[in-house]
Amino acid sequence: MNKYPAWLNMLVLAILLAGCLLALPNIYGSVPAVQIADNGGVAYTQERLDDFVALVEEGGVTPEVAYLQDGRAVLRFDSGTNLAPIDEQLRDRYDRVASIAQTLTPKLPEWIRDLGLSPMSLGLDLRGGVYVLLEVDMAKAVQSRLELYQQDLNDRLRAEGIRNRVDLNGDLINVRLTTATELERARAEVSRADPDLLIVDGADGKSLQVRMSDAQIQARRDFAIDQNVTTLRNRVNQLGVAEPLVQRQGEDRIVLQLPGVDDPNKVDEIITATATIEFRMVDLSGDEPGSRRYQGRGSEPSQILKRRIVASGDQIVDASAGFSEGKPIVSISLDGAGGESMLDNTMNNLGKPMSTVFIESHREEIRVGDRMETRDYVTEEIVSTATIQGVFKDKFQISGLTPGEASSLALLLRAGALAAPVYKIDQRTIGPSLGQDNIDRGFNAIKIGFLAVIVFMAIYYRSFGMIANAALLSNLVFIVAMLSFLQASLTLPGIAGIVLTVGMAVDANVLIFERIREELSAGQTPQSAIHSGYEKALSSIADANITTLIAAVVLFGVGTGPIKGFAITLMLGIITSMFTAIVGTRVIVNLLYGGRKLTSLPV
Amino acid sequence: MRLIKEKTSIDFLSPNRRKVALTFSVLFVIVSIASLATRGLEFGIDFTGGILLEVGYEQSANLEEIRTDLGSAGYNDAQVQRFGADEVVLVRLPPQEGDVDEIRDRLTATLTASGQGAELRRVEFVSPQVGAELAESGALATVFALMMIFVYVMVRFQWKFSAGAVAALVHDAIVTVGFFSIFGFPFDLTVVAAVLAVIGYSLNDTVVAFDRIRENFFALRGVSAEESMNISINEMLARTLITGLTTLLVLIALLVLGGESIAPFSIALIVGVIIGTYSSIYTASATALALNVNAQDLIEPIKDPSLIDDLP
Repeated sequence: MNKYPAWLNMLVLAILLAGCLLALPNIYGSVPAVQIADNGGVAYTQERLDDFVALVEEGGVTPEVAYLQDGRAVLRFDSGTNLAPIDEQLRDRYDRVASIAQTLTPKLPEWIRDLGLSPMSLGLDLRGGVYVLLEVDMAKAVQSRLELYQQDLNDRLRAEGIRNRVDLNGDLINVRLTTATELERARAEVSRADPDLLIVDGADGKSLQVRMSDAQIQARRDFAIDQNVTTLRNRVNQLGVAEPLVQRQGEDRIVLQLPGVDDPNKVDEIITATATIEFRMVDLSGDEPGSRRYQGRGSEPSQILKRRIVASGDQIVDASAGFSEGKPIVSISLDGAGGESMLDNTMNNLGKPMSTVFIESHREEIRVGDRMETRDYVTEEIVSTATIQGVFKDKFQISGLTPGEASSLALLLRAGALAAPVYKIDQRTIGPSLGQDNIDRGFNAIKIGFLAVIVFMAIYYRSFGMIANAALLSNLVFIVAMLSFLQASLTLPGIAGIVLTVGMAVDANVLIFERIREELSAGQTPQSAIHSGYEKALSSIADANITTLIAAVVLFGVGTGPIKGFAITLMLGIITSMFTAIVGTRVIVNLLYGGRKLTSLPV
Repeated sequence: MRLIKEKTSIDFLSPNRRKVALTFSVLFVIVSIASLATRGLEFGIDFTGGILLEVGYEQSANLEEIRTDLGSAGYNDAQVQRFGADEVVLVRLPPQEGDVDEIRDRLTATLTASGQGAELRRVEFVSPQVGAELAESGALATVFALMMIFVYVMVRFQWKFSAGAVAALVHDAIVTVGFFSIFGFPFDLTVVAAVLAVIGYSLNDTVVAFDRIRENFFALRGVSAEESMNISINEMLARTLITGLTTLLVLIALLVLGGESIAPFSIALIVGVIIGTYSSIYTASATALALNVNAQDLIEPIKDPSLIDDLP
């Protein structure tokens, strides 16, 4: 009685060994490293890696080891190495084509790396960094699309020789014509612009009301958020953050996690900045329809500018900051369409002035009665106005900015424009020292809590208590193994979840052992007491764990950030503890006591 | 070794004791609700929105000076308090007017300029809108978890047990939250997580007791439901206390060693585990008993009469 077949024992042993292997990467410490990733997302080859190493070695530092990981190059250095000069050296050469980040990386031996294993990933509250939750201004995303339609319809109708006036009224584009006879041609032209637009005849018989269909609006919203995610990812790459996370959350939110960033100022402007530029011709007559006055920045004079945009920020493919005649400038390269438009414009307007408009939007909290409300501001300022001296196409320079503005504008333009403004609604910054404190405290709590439970179990249940302790220890190993395998972030509440699991995991064994004691005192033989103890306790254990699992799953479903971390460790802990406490201890009990003649049990 | 003697026969469920327990439970719940209604909760910025800064100083921080500095910078509504250690200070501000980045820069400048050698350990800014959403999802999670649990227990046992279990859980949740209200402990997102964990834990206890009750309903013929439940609770008493004890051991370790930011979580769980242990003995079983639970309730009705013919 109470014998498991050999294959089952071997299977449990194999699972335990697999758990140990997965948990193994966590025992190596971290060392400084530089990560290099291609901005275009191209995976590096061994040759490129050798180039990087050669460049760093020129500076007199030899990496401890250099390897490729997921297409990125990782140069690992001995602990205490000052990365700043290395970083600068790489940046000098590769700034425009690669994202270079200083980081800490686990000191894994090669064979573990080759197996693709890695340690648990730590949440921001443990490693320090910046967490930002952004809200995308969807109304504005749709609004800007409507404005594009407005201009496009106006252009098309005029090109067809149809006199018209196109206004925007809320989400309605109003196309007014001078005569009713041109209505059908206008309708055809609107349909040609975009067949999905919804067109309704106006009451006066010579106007059309155009609106975007629900599908178009949804598509625009999806586009805006996806575009914003891409742009933000580019911007973050430009900043040089190792392992950043940029992710859409729900309908209109974006989450950013930037580990290792301790100065939020560094990322703030870059993330929410909507700064972009537009080129518009000055309206010298001052009375063209749609023209309006733009303020100048500082001493820059204000101008009346035409409605038509010659080129805008989203047509810029490259931008870099520099100096020309001692003044900061941004060199701009336009894409094909922007270049054509600029060429066309400069050819037709030689000798006329063109302005560069700098546009920025930001949001402020305002107190209204006893509630806080948000209000959005858009600043549009002319930074420079210059006479078109010659014909140019897709490469030129703009001036009129401060050096700081020039470099951040160049970065922003390079990373692409946001399709709609974003606003921070939740931001948390955890300094590196607090992160380390949290780790130390958390692991201390696990250690002491674990020790207390082990001592108690050993005293209370003697040999069987030690068996339960072995199960508890392997349970810890399994939790760490699963966290490493799933690469789920370990947070401080996550550590609390592990601590709680340690306390609750012995419950299954307590149930079994108490049942064995009961069976013994009811007069059963030791062997059959073991058997029915495990058997009869099973349904209680299953019920008890499933109900806790329900609470954990609900928590996982609605929780955010650190709370999710708690839910994950709790769920993993429940599942692994069922295995270790029921199957794990049974294997040991069977090996120790199974099939032997016993007069008593050390329980 | 044994914590309690091998065979206990404490009459937990005698009508008198049930009355006493009921009085206590009702009293706890009323006091909790009264406190929640009048004093409310000391909500963290997770729920209210606002700004929180954790600042580390080289020496013991001078709170008066920090308050004066913040006041002269225009932040008279700042709450300044020590956080765990003398060198660590927590500054809390309600949602502010103006641009977030500017406010943070001004606060940082004010705090670091004081000459006390300040280092910003943590800065959190939560907009009131997100706060309201988090509060809503927390409440929703609790209600949803309770509903799921009700269904599970109903499927596994029967609705009278479900009602008993959920009565115990609601009782535990209210008393735990009430405890935070009465003592004015900070109530943040981790506490919501802890309350859900308490629900899971307390249920664990309750279900284990129910399991034994079901077993004994069938094993002990000719014994009243009350007596049978009493025997079951006594049989499970050692287990209930030992698991409670090991859980409390680790939670105390977490409270003492885990640092200030996890303390509210630990406190909520400690309170919840104690209340949960009590309620799984009294509230859950007493409620099921009050609903006249008996062995008949647990016999599966045979739905398809044709099956009966096949029986030997």
